Amino acid sequence: MPAHEHDGGHDHDDHGQHPPSDMTLRVKSLESLLVEKGLVDPAALDAIVETYENKVGPRNGARVVARAWVDRDYKARLLDNATAAIAELGYGGRQGEHMIVVENTARVHNMVVCTLCSCYPWPVLGLPPVWYKSAPYRSRAVIDPMGVLAEFGLELAENVEIRVWDSTAEIRYLVLPERPPGTDSFSEAQLAELVSRDSMIGVAFASAPSPLPA
Amino acid sequence: MNGVHDMGGMHGLGSVAPEANEPVFHMRWEARALALTLAAGACGRWNIDKSRFARERIPGPDYLRMSYYEKWIAGLETLLTETGLVSREELAAGRSASRVADVSPPLIADRVAATLAQGGPTERKVTVEPRLSVGERIRARNLNPTEHTRLPRYVRGKCGTITRRHGAHVFPDANAHGRGEQPQHLYQVRFEGRELWGEQAIGPGAVYLDLWEDYLEPG
Repeated sequence: MPAHEHDGGHDHDDHGQHPPSDMTLRVKSLESLLVEKGLVDPAALDAIVETYENKVGPRNGARVVARAWVDRDYKARLLDNATAAIAELGYGGRQGEHMIVVENTARVHNMVVCTLCSCYPWPVLGLPPVWYKSAPYRSRAVIDPMGVLAEFGLELAENVEIRVWDSTAEIRYLVLPERPPGTDSFSEAQLAELVSRDSMIGVAFASAPSPLPA
Repeated sequence: MNGVHDMGGMHGLGSVAPEANEPVFHMRWEARALALTLAAGACGRWNIDKSRFARERIPGPDYLRMSYYEKWIAGLETLLTETGLVSREELAAGRSASRVADVSPPLIADRVAATLAQGGPTERKVTVEPRLSVGERIRARNLNPTEHTRLPRYVRGKCGTITRRHGAHVFPDANAHGRGEQPQHLYQVRFEGRELWGEQAIGPGAVYLDLWEDYLEPG
């Protein structure tokens, strides 16, 4: 969805010049009802929002990937038992209870979708972006993965096998992208900077390093 | 159920439009919708499968029109009213008309981190052995339940190969309908692109799904 259809991350009523949207009112009303009935605690709601807005996100997954790139034993553990290997870095829990990591190579490209809803590995990637949850991606990722990848500007060599992982159960998939060439001297932290959210869903490559200043 | 949520393989739903530098939430009400759904879920009156089925029952035209968190709110309202935690009248008024009986204390802020870290693992120990093995050819059964299922239409009747066994997991088709967890063996299955989409399948490739034993028969 183009950015101009949104309001820049603020509710209309935050500006004080538009009436609050229907959804703003409906959710406020629902929240006050559930608080009044003793079913939810507003401070817990704040803590949940704070978690997914600031604490859990794709930087977690980038750390996992960078570790796998520099540490062969870690990579072996990650491909063998991803849930345990990811837990070594302190990540796990809701929507990442059962993890599998799939590795991109010169011959195989993996991408992840949930055709039935929006299943996504929250502990390592945070909440999914709008496009991942949208009808175009969910419908076409399994029948036209090349066309979908082209819409992300990604073109694969002809002999590359595309594997699409449709998250139909409670197993969550994370793509281990290929380490970009020219990064031999990079530290783990520098490597993590090259790992985007999209590269761990499988709709992008990890970024090539920026050229060094002359 | 054969609803519009089961989208795999459809054409005509538009092109993918990634948004650069997308915020986690576009509006504050979306953040509250997520938090309300998680916090209300912690009351323990429903499970993730019931929750998914509540969203799948949104009428098709509305499902396609609504934004993501609008569907979450619609689903939450359905769950709250169906479990009797809230009445339709209370929802409309936004005011409580009665106390809820037997309600446990709500999820408190101090317990949020631990609750999220614990999550909801679905693997269960069972005594029954898995019937299928890695490398075995299977066919996804042609099932068309009107209830909740995680067997997408696009693989029904198609042949694939078992690539991994995941152990036994809670069976959504039962758990979404109050029939208990009924855990059964779950398998990763590889379906070749040509098997799913015919000779015109574009390029080499395959789709992998995680499917429960009841969804599968020998291929």
